[in-house]
Amino acid sequence: MRKLTKKRPSLRALTLPGLSFVLAMFFGALLIAFSDSTVLKHIGHPITFIKSAGVAIWQSYLALFEGSVYNPSLAKPHDALLSWYPLSETLVTAAPLILAGLSVALAFRAGLFNIGAQGQFIFGSIAASYVGFAFHMPIGIHVVFAVLAAIIAGAIWGGLVGLLKARTGSHEVIVTIMLNYVALYFLMWLLGTTRFLRPGRRDPISPDVLPSARMPHLAGDNYRVNLGIFVALAAAAFVWWLLSRSTWGFRFRAVGANAAAAKTAGISVPFVMTTVMAISGGLAGLGGAVHVLGSDFSLTSGTAGNFGFDAITVALLGRAKPMGVVFASLLFGALRAGGGTMQANTNTPIDIVLVIQALVVLFIAAPAVVKWVFRLKNLKTTGDLTAKGWNG
Amino acid sequence: MSLELRGISKSFGALLANDAIDLKVETGEIHAILGENGAGKSTLMNIVYGLVAPDSGEILVDDVVKHIKEPSDALASGIGMVHQHFMLVPVFTVAENIVLGHEKSGFAGILDLNEARERIKKVSDQFNFDVNPDDLIEGLPVGVQQRVEIIRALIYDAKVLILDEPTAVLTPQETDDLLKIMKQLKEDGTSIIFITHKLREVKAVADRITIIRRGKVVGTASPDASQNELASLMVGREVELAPDKGAHTIGDVVLKVEGLTIRDSVGRALVNNVNFEVKAGEVLAIAGVQGNGQSEVARSMVNLEEHVEGSIILDGSEVIGKSVRESLHAGIAFVPESRELDGLIGSMAIAENLILDLHDLPPYAKGIQMSPSVVLSEAEKRKDEFDIRLQSVNDPVSSLSGGNKQKVVLARELSRPVKLLVASQPTRGLDVGSIEFVHKRILEERDAGRAVLLFSTELDEVLALADRIAVMYRGEILAIVPSGVTAQELGLLMAGVVHA
Repeated sequence: MRKLTKKRPSLRALTLPGLSFVLAMFFGALLIAFSDSTVLKHIGHPITFIKSAGVAIWQSYLALFEGSVYNPSLAKPHDALLSWYPLSETLVTAAPLILAGLSVALAFRAGLFNIGAQGQFIFGSIAASYVGFAFHMPIGIHVVFAVLAAIIAGAIWGGLVGLLKARTGSHEVIVTIMLNYVALYFLMWLLGTTRFLRPGRRDPISPDVLPSARMPHLAGDNYRVNLGIFVALAAAAFVWWLLSRSTWGFRFRAVGANAAAAKTAGISVPFVMTTVMAISGGLAGLGGAVHVLGSDFSLTSGTAGNFGFDAITVALLGRAKPMGVVFASLLFGALRAGGGTMQANTNTPIDIVLVIQALVVLFIAAPAVVKWVFRLKNLKTTGDLTAKGWNG
Repeated sequence: MSLELRGISKSFGALLANDAIDLKVETGEIHAILGENGAGKSTLMNIVYGLVAPDSGEILVDDVVKHIKEPSDALASGIGMVHQHFMLVPVFTVAENIVLGHEKSGFAGILDLNEARERIKKVSDQFNFDVNPDDLIEGLPVGVQQRVEIIRALIYDAKVLILDEPTAVLTPQETDDLLKIMKQLKEDGTSIIFITHKLREVKAVADRITIIRRGKVVGTASPDASQNELASLMVGREVELAPDKGAHTIGDVVLKVEGLTIRDSVGRALVNNVNFEVKAGEVLAIAGVQGNGQSEVARSMVNLEEHVEGSIILDGSEVIGKSVRESLHAGIAFVPESRELDGLIGSMAIAENLILDLHDLPPYAKGIQMSPSVVLSEAEKRKDEFDIRLQSVNDPVSSLSGGNKQKVVLARELSRPVKLLVASQPTRGLDVGSIEFVHKRILEERDAGRAVLLFSTELDEVLALADRIAVMYRGEILAIVPSGVTAQELGLLMAGVVHA
């Protein structure tokens, strides 16, 4: 019920994440300068040192931009639009991350810390790819079934956590961490079975999903950007509606903010825990589907990459709000996509990207630092992150 | 030792918590500071104790200006404070708590508690505190923990002792003991600043009374002033301390509780074979000292307790076994003991808190789609009906004062069709004005023919509202007495003493 909660200028909500990013880029710049051997050669000569450091930083961040948004040198005489190719890559990385991030954010709002997006993501990708390569269906219908299978698989894997918490009181953080391992090793075992191992291969990789089960490309076959990004945006809209306009979301928020009062008012807390974790798992599972059906097409032991864990970061960065998660995921997608180009074109290692990501989160978690650096007095620091600690 | 405050002012943002307050406490007097919640009493005392820095004004001890920037400065000047929420480490012993921050070590750095033990014994014997230095804090009753705090202040040579709402957490018996202790301390030459909003206690011990309202000293009074005069000064208008009970007609039995036994998770009986009934149009008060099973009985009325035996019949049908929601919708309005913990969701909007129970029913929702505009308009309606003072129904409910929070709870619980109102400690921590409102509202329900089950530890409240009084002691109902009983008799019953 967004209208009911106090309207505040959306710009103010962006202040902390925005300034945290600026600060993280600043420290990233220092790291770039001090990790560059050619810059360090000039350390005795302040003026040349600053000049060469400036050049290194500029080049690295330029490469980051060229790798993630727009790179004029990619344009070909017959196709000037190719210079936007990096943006397509950013969107490809962002789509699954948005979905996994929504999964974590939704659970957050109900007071649950879903560390298990990774496992739910894995189950989603297993289900999507199995339906995608093992069954023959008409184009259009096939992809729908593959996606549905992924949502259900993720929902079961997530719902299990909610059920365990509701029935036995087990802490969702412990359970989800363990279930992540179960999911990962289950995937690795699957890839050794004849049903999942790609014929003719000995390394663990599944067959490609059939073309009929793939997410259609949005901008022709030169670009990998596919329907997945729209699926992700639609999911964000759905989560927004769920949280702010539906009775279910009302209950989720009530339980998240004060489970005892929700219970006293007649809301069934076990039911909320189970359903919210099932929906949360379904979103992460959908993320797995978008990843496998949209860009990877086959399963490997590294299919889920770091999506489920970055999801926690983007949920935090996006302050557990659907739109926030979308923007945070686009940012992370861009950093990931641009990092490779930066590493290839400059002396700066891709790890700088990880450092920047980590610093952004660090500053958001420690708003006092941001307040102090930018001399802000009235920065709003309490968000909607209501997940409890160990006693929650 | 005397303590004087001159022109103390302190504002928090736009709120002027203390406005040029002058106050003088003479040597060996009990000086009560009376005021409603939020009047600025605690802020003032936190300034004296060095926890809050004043914007202006000065503090004089024995006519000498003292600069108190930290609690250690206050202690050095002979000012000690016992906070409303005790500053004790539960897993430490009394002696360990008292030396905390002033530890002395003996041979090889081993903590030496002997000196502390002796001094505790000495103070304890002098004032009949009955405190053993080697007891663990967590095993002690609240009243004894409070005495530990007082001992600590005395051991560090406090000549002015600030007691911040000291009786809020005590049973009637413990309160009487504390008042005795205060008189003893006074005779010993200690000055006491007694912060409270309880009129009876003020009249019992205070030598002088200063009344604070909205950050200003609005007057002083002697303890001879009547309770009504004091209350009017405190609130700023005429107050009815004992609400008029209107005419009412007693109807059929609405609630019949038989053989109610409630156990904790390891099977111990917290409530043992309790029987009572409440008729339409009457208030049955269940009185008792906190922790004698009343909370559990209250919660079991809407099935919030887990291990329950016996039967709870509401209007002919069994309540036990239903879900919380079903119990509420069967016609029970439930005002829980703790507004903040069980009654309201602090971070959610006032409007949302008003429909926590009905959020998924028409007209607030169609299917699973909620109708925010209906929720808002309903909130505006109930705001007027219950006189909830707020800026916007969209504000989080945590922004409201205690009294207004309780009005939100009442407004929500009374919006369903109600046969039985269960109110647990409905005025705990509220100011006089809000207590008046809540009491009126409860009696209105009674007069309208509803059954009311009131749980309260406040003698005055029980006597003012009840038609019949059941006293609970150690999980059992000791007696059910008519409302004509005196406060003294009731106090004895609450302590477990049954007359022949």
